Amino acid sequence: MKIGALAEIFEGENRVAMTPESALQLQKLGHACCIQAGAGAKAGFTDDAYKAAGVEVLKTVKAVVEAAEVLVKVRGPEEKEAKALREGQTLISFFWPAQNEALLKTVADKGATVIAMDMVPRISRAQKMDALSSMANIAGYRAVIEAGNNFGRFFTGQVTAAGKVPPAKVLVVGAGVAGLAAIGTSTSLGAITLAFDVRPEVAEQIESMGAEFVYLDFSERAQDGAATGGYAAPSSPEFREAQLKKFRELAPEVDIVITTALIPGRPAPKLWTEDMVKLMKRGSVIIDLAAERGGNCDLTVPDEKIVTDNGVTIVGYTDFPSRMATQASTLYSNNIRHMLTDLTPKKDGVIDHNMEDDVIRGATVAHGGKVTFPPPPPKVQAIATQKPKERARELTVEERRANEVAAFKAQTRTQVGLLAIGGGLLLLAGLYAPASFMSHFIVFVLAVYVGFQVIWNVSHSLHTPLMAITNAISSIIILGALLQIGSGNILVIILAAASILMAGINIFGGFMVTRRMLAMFQKS
Amino acid sequence: MQFGFTTAAYVVAAVLFIQSLGGLSGQESAKRAVWYGIVGMALAVLATLYGPGIGNWYVSVVMIAIGGAIGWVVAQRVQMTEMPQLVAAMHSLVGLAAVFIGYNAHLEAANVAGLDEAARATLDGFAAVLAHKTPVELSILRIEVFLGVFIGAVTFTGSVVAYGKLAGKVDGKAKKLPGGHLLNAGSALGSLVLLVVYLQSGSVLALIGMTLLAFFIGYHLIMGIGGADMPVVVSMLNSYSGWAAAAIGFSLSNDLLIVVGALVGSSGAILSYIMCKAMNRSFISVILGGFGGTTGPGDGGDGRADRHRRRRRGGGAERRGQVIIIPGYGMAVAQAQQSVSELTRKLRAKGKTVRFAIHPVAGRLPGHMNVLLAEAKVPYDIVLEMDEINEDFPRPTLPSSSGRTTS
Repeated sequence: MKIGALAEIFEGENRVAMTPESALQLQKLGHACCIQAGAGAKAGFTDDAYKAAGVEVLKTVKAVVEAAEVLVKVRGPEEKEAKALREGQTLISFFWPAQNEALLKTVADKGATVIAMDMVPRISRAQKMDALSSMANIAGYRAVIEAGNNFGRFFTGQVTAAGKVPPAKVLVVGAGVAGLAAIGTSTSLGAITLAFDVRPEVAEQIESMGAEFVYLDFSERAQDGAATGGYAAPSSPEFREAQLKKFRELAPEVDIVITTALIPGRPAPKLWTEDMVKLMKRGSVIIDLAAERGGNCDLTVPDEKIVTDNGVTIVGYTDFPSRMATQASTLYSNNIRHMLTDLTPKKDGVIDHNMEDDVIRGATVAHGGKVTFPPPPPKVQAIATQKPKERARELTVEERRANEVAAFKAQTRTQVGLLAIGGGLLLLAGLYAPASFMSHFIVFVLAVYVGFQVIWNVSHSLHTPLMAITNAISSIIILGALLQIGSGNILVIILAAASILMAGINIFGGFMVTRRMLAMFQKS
Repeated sequence: MQFGFTTAAYVVAAVLFIQSLGGLSGQESAKRAVWYGIVGMALAVLATLYGPGIGNWYVSVVMIAIGGAIGWVVAQRVQMTEMPQLVAAMHSLVGLAAVFIGYNAHLEAANVAGLDEAARATLDGFAAVLAHKTPVELSILRIEVFLGVFIGAVTFTGSVVAYGKLAGKVDGKAKKLPGGHLLNAGSALGSLVLLVVYLQSGSVLALIGMTLLAFFIGYHLIMGIGGADMPVVVSMLNSYSGWAAAAIGFSLSNDLLIVVGALVGSSGAILSYIMCKAMNRSFISVILGGFGGTTGPGDGGDGRADRHRRRRRGGGAERRGQVIIIPGYGMAVAQAQQSVSELTRKLRAKGKTVRFAIHPVAGRLPGHMNVLLAEAKVPYDIVLEMDEINEDFPRPTLPSSSGRTTS
């Protein structure tokens, strides 16, 4: 099949859906590639580079649309592009089918197939074609860079001869892929990074990236992220209040706020209100990654950078990935390439549109003249259901005190009880047993007691050597054999000799092994 | 005078043994502690050889020499990673020795019982002690012998199975014959019945029957415990062998045996208890065995990657020329990148080829692993994508996955 990449006609879009590198990979699948002249120019890929990779460079849009059976793009098709599609042709691009129903109808009526990169289900197997994640990763990174660009200070704290520089304090709201990428970038630049998310289960992920999770003092059981495919869901009004209160507390402290909170199929939640912006220090920066969907900040103007009266810069760009077009194109074209790999299972250049496959079914929004959106729920659940985790409650001083007293009492009770029982048993034995036995018995009991006392404070790392040495010492049993070997009975002598032999092995072997083990602990 | 000297030597030896066990609580004092143990043991053996009632001492010396040579050679040759199984194997010897000595005590007692008054007067050593026992003391002796043999037998087969599991010769999974704990309980009950029979009749058959039952209990008990719990089991068997020595000490009226047996017994029991705590396992369920396989995930067979195997893996890394590390989300959560980086640096310093293979979906965001590894200053050129390194996988024999969780 012939794969054709079109130039983006959307204003300011720099990305391209095919790179020379991805073209080489596509050719390995048995496909031929063509591209519209100049399509990669803004992303830093020249026509010559494409030619060198064996890609046919065609002059016009028309030529590409006619030549190719599969068209690849970044942005969804405009009206005229959609109309140009013919029956049996496949288009792979972002589509946002929920927002573009009319367009979807047009394409479906044409009989074309559309695979929407934004509809790839969030399951492990599909992560390599998850363009939303790869773009969000770039957006998160770029958000921090953009913030740094507009922020008048260092990220990292420094003590220099010219004076002390405090570190920047960054708050990331929403720890999805973009949020986590922002956290990673920000911590590696040296800023103090705080992060918040409505899904408590991501606290672990946030901490793994080196940021501090902002806990809310709120007791409502948060709903399970697994039920919504790993995305956040709208929260209750009470929760929202608690959240805003926390943000209001943080606003005067933080220098940079990066908001990435989105709820699928809804306008972005307003999390950074006007009064919070007013509370912020002059020179602070807000990067609103949710600007395209209305923004998380009240004052965000989509696609623009504004400065408020109190000197806070609010960046509402919606094209962060496009601002890093080379990187974004590389990753996006790889996502497309992986999608085509799944569509070409035999690697023979023949596309097998398998609607039974969860990933392909989920991403296909138009096929065979019909609209196939929304897809049925995937058979595999995106994320395993989280078991509710009980956070250990902090005990108050009185409670702790009470616990200690109770523990002490319980300990006293058991100790006294054990002593009483042990003592009773001893007395009982003393009543019946002969004196010769009792004299040995006293020795025995005392030795047991000493053994108990001696071992308690042994350090964990020495357990194995201790085991080895007790093993060696237990061959003291050799004494028994030594005493018996003087017998007149030949069988006794043989058995005793064998015992001595075995115990001898154990004595030497045991101590030797212990010594070797301890040698490992030597300070190097 | 001889007797007095032996007793004095015993006291010194006992103190040395206590010092030896106590000294192992710290890294530095541990080195001294071993010597206390060695000197104590030498003193005990020499004092006994020099002491009263010793015959055929040359046989003893020869046997000790042979046994010592074997033990020395084995302990020198064995790999560091095979230490736990060696300890278990040597344990079985103590168990078997206890069984033999118990039988000897029985045989001697039978011998002495058959002698007349005049002949008894001529006896010396252990037999002389026996000759002066009253009937009550004799039945106590029987209980002691019986106990010593029983514990010794359980220790013997138990240690053999533990050795097999640790050495990987026996499947590490918790296994039970049909009937499970009932079989163990039945055997224990059977032994109890035999004890009564033995007390009544003093028949050697009862002793033999009990030994067989005890062999079975030892085998079945340890077979029912998963490989991960083996360190605790070895320590527990240690304690058993101590109790066996103490029981034998009672039957031979030897105070040093009693003291040291009790020391080893109680310290072994406490040690197993501490180890259980450290591993978050229930002490009772481990020592009674077999519950391990049924109490849930992370138990029994599941826990095969126990401390011991870890150590073996670490040792493996040094011997191989090529190492591939496959980091996962677990490394991120545990913030283990610095340690991984440290390990990498050490291995590379030794001239090993270390590479990282990053699965495309490892972690919770694209490039999660790279960010962490870069933070820990792992060089970029050894961090490879899955596709780049997949073909190389048959070659290095030591892939090490650090913390994989499903994403």
